[in-house]
Amino acid sequence: MILLWGSNARETHPIFFHHVLKGIRAGARCYVVDPRRTGTADFAHGHAALDVGTDIALANAMGREILAAGLWHRDFVGRATEGLDEYRAGVEPCTLEWAEAETKVPAALIREMAHAYARAERAMICWTLGITEHHNAVDNVLALINLALLTGHVGRWGSGLNPLRGQNNVQGGGDMGAIPDRLPGFQHVENARLRGAFEAAWGMKLPPKRGKHLSAMFHAMEEGELTALYCIGENPLASEADQTRARRLLEGLEWFVAQDLTLTKTAALADVVLPAAASWCEGEGTVTNSERRVQRVRKAVEPPAGAREDLAILFEIARRLGHDWGAPSAERVWDEVRRLSPVHAGMSYARLDAAGGLHWPCWDETHPGEAFLHSRLWEDPVRGPRAGFHPVVHDPPVERLDADYPMRLTTGRRLDEFNTGVQTSGYRSPLRRSETLDIHPDDAARLGLSDGERVRVRSRRGCVEVPVRLDPRLRPGLTFMTMHFPDDVATNLLTIDATDPKSGTAEFKAAAVRLERIEA
Amino acid sequence: MNRSDPWSGGPAEGAVWFDPPPRAAKVPGPPPSPARPPVALSVDGREVRVPAGATVLDACRVAGVETPTLCFHETLTPVNACRVCVVEVAGARTLVPACSRQAEAGMQVKTDTPRVRCSRKVVLELLASSVDLRIAPGMAETMARYGASPGRFGPPAPDAADRDAREAGHHHAPDGAAAETVAQPVKADNDCYVRDYSKCVLCYRCVEACGTDAQNTFAIAVAGRGFDARISTEWARPLTDSACVYCGNCVAVCPTGALMGKTEHDLRAAGAWDPERQTCTDTICPYCGVGCSLSLTVQDGRIVRAASPVGADITRGNLCIKGRFGWGHVQPGPRAGDAP
Repeated sequence: MILLWGSNARETHPIFFHHVLKGIRAGARCYVVDPRRTGTADFAHGHAALDVGTDIALANAMGREILAAGLWHRDFVGRATEGLDEYRAGVEPCTLEWAEAETKVPAALIREMAHAYARAERAMICWTLGITEHHNAVDNVLALINLALLTGHVGRWGSGLNPLRGQNNVQGGGDMGAIPDRLPGFQHVENARLRGAFEAAWGMKLPPKRGKHLSAMFHAMEEGELTALYCIGENPLASEADQTRARRLLEGLEWFVAQDLTLTKTAALADVVLPAAASWCEGEGTVTNSERRVQRVRKAVEPPAGAREDLAILFEIARRLGHDWGAPSAERVWDEVRRLSPVHAGMSYARLDAAGGLHWPCWDETHPGEAFLHSRLWEDPVRGPRAGFHPVVHDPPVERLDADYPMRLTTGRRLDEFNTGVQTSGYRSPLRRSETLDIHPDDAARLGLSDGERVRVRSRRGCVEVPVRLDPRLRPGLTFMTMHFPDDVATNLLTIDATDPKSGTAEFKAAAVRLERIEA
Repeated sequence: MNRSDPWSGGPAEGAVWFDPPPRAAKVPGPPPSPARPPVALSVDGREVRVPAGATVLDACRVAGVETPTLCFHETLTPVNACRVCVVEVAGARTLVPACSRQAEAGMQVKTDTPRVRCSRKVVLELLASSVDLRIAPGMAETMARYGASPGRFGPPAPDAADRDAREAGHHHAPDGAAAETVAQPVKADNDCYVRDYSKCVLCYRCVEACGTDAQNTFAIAVAGRGFDARISTEWARPLTDSACVYCGNCVAVCPTGALMGKTEHDLRAAGAWDPERQTCTDTICPYCGVGCSLSLTVQDGRIVRAASPVGADITRGNLCIKGRFGWGHVQPGPRAGDAP
């Protein structure tokens, strides 16, 4: 059984979805939870078209139903988890009828999904930004983890929890410590023992506290605490929620360096722009995909004159700061990672080349890598800490719908485009159509809008003009836009930067807007 | 730490926090599949053993017997369309397609009998007399090996107009003086790939890749009957009016070059396609987090083709539109978005 939650994998992870389709053809049940009737939902046995931001209500109701029907995995829960009583108490009010009222998903379908998930021999929950681009992103994820713990669908072949990563090295960036609280190998910087290993290797003290994630950095700019920024391969002016604020803060920096493939909207604001090579084909290194598989990227073409590999730029900056690290070599850096990150220790370039990639953890040169995590939870007795239930409560989007802003705007990707278009603008896609505001035909009729008519979309933060496109696959009251064409339509003028306090992710999936006719 | 920073906090320094959990006691992996005894059979008198479920073609390869194939592809369901892989099996009345027939214990397979050679020769002649196989990899060698002379059916008939326009049953009986062909104009209706059905042997690979074997888009199918059979979209509309999503997984499996990336097609048309000047480098797609392997063919410092290795277990040779065609942003010249 495959449960795709807040994921339009058919368009956003097409080759992953090939594997899902193979599973479906081989008899797997598939359910899709998504406010929109997507191409992904077309292949599912059931589509839960929930109201935006009611994921926890849905998940908790499934959990309650699984408990009430006695379908939970007593053996696994008893041996490997803790906190069931608190979870049970937390979901007790979440009846099917309550959830139907909150989510607009029929109670019968919630019950069907709960039973299908709990009864499946193997079941997988996969999610994407429909879960994480909310003000309660971490709680949303915890709600799904609770379901996996309740049913024992974790740590086993064919069962598990899969966040589908949106970029080719989101996983690898985090694994390498490009997140505020981790050192390479996912080792927590506030753990003195783990930090000590790095301090010993590098012969220096490291900051003992976590740094700031992107949202916190913008907050610190607002407070005047952060005045200098070195931005590598990111286009926050176009990609951050509430673009007006993002522009004001970036423009207010005292010193701003951008390093990117092209002169992005963000780079255009910088004091210094460092032209970078495209790491995936103009340089050497590794990336890590959604399944923790480390794979080699290799140089196929020369970068344009004047552009250098990220590594070469960083080495040169280090040299000018008085630290000569020698000639830049991706393999030498990687071997240092292997010395300091136990989960990567066994992954030599030679092995990565020969095997076409290895999954971490890969503890030594004879270790084959692990296809899935948490298998220790099935050992008897369980070594190490039990996995805890984390009861979470439904909390709707920060921006409620009201008379002034009565429509919900949600955002997402299209198959042939990618994020802010920095890369995809370089090819001519036959599927390309410019930005639209997708709207249900009933809403369009009510507002007197016809297909293709330009409309003014206004939120509390900004306003854009964009043609409407009638889409019966939306639910009434819901509108949809992408971020793919920031030069034409700056969708992020509309989005809200209400962020999750734990992850710092902004609520791109739920803004409140109103539509205004543009008089001819 | 700024007091108003809503993301400050966490445990005190020095606290033992987030120690990694213990390592798995044994390496996690798939449950063992039930052991099935291997199958013993003979190929051209040689005894071979293959895993249960293997095909006669697998057995031929284990025996080191070269067997020509055209419609067979390791990632697709065999359709038995081309018949060039036929072999003789003792006790069977008809020739057997090696690519789909399952190997059975005690089977006696013969691949080099006069009957097999004659059948393969005629199949190759019929195909080559009607289809342009000049750039089909390996075809010239296979034709020579079987002494196929497609010219014996006469000179090729004049090129036809678009065969999609033909109506079933509206034919004149041929006079036998010329060999009917599938020649027709190239269909170039988009910037990703072109369809030159003069080169199509109707192997069905593209239909299968577009269908349940990989992409599940169902933009194309075999239309028409008999010699009019051809690959077509619904109502023969241009691809841009079809369900096509330009993954190019059809291009990847085409054995004859009938389907080809636009860049490669244009270079060949200009006489500038030169494998001698090309390198092929494996890397990873720059887009989503699936991590698809990309093989980039580069000529004169430019990417001229992106494909994925069939052996890559993530892709099995498949990609999406971005992976297969979305590399324009790294081509030489001003980069999109660069200041003028």
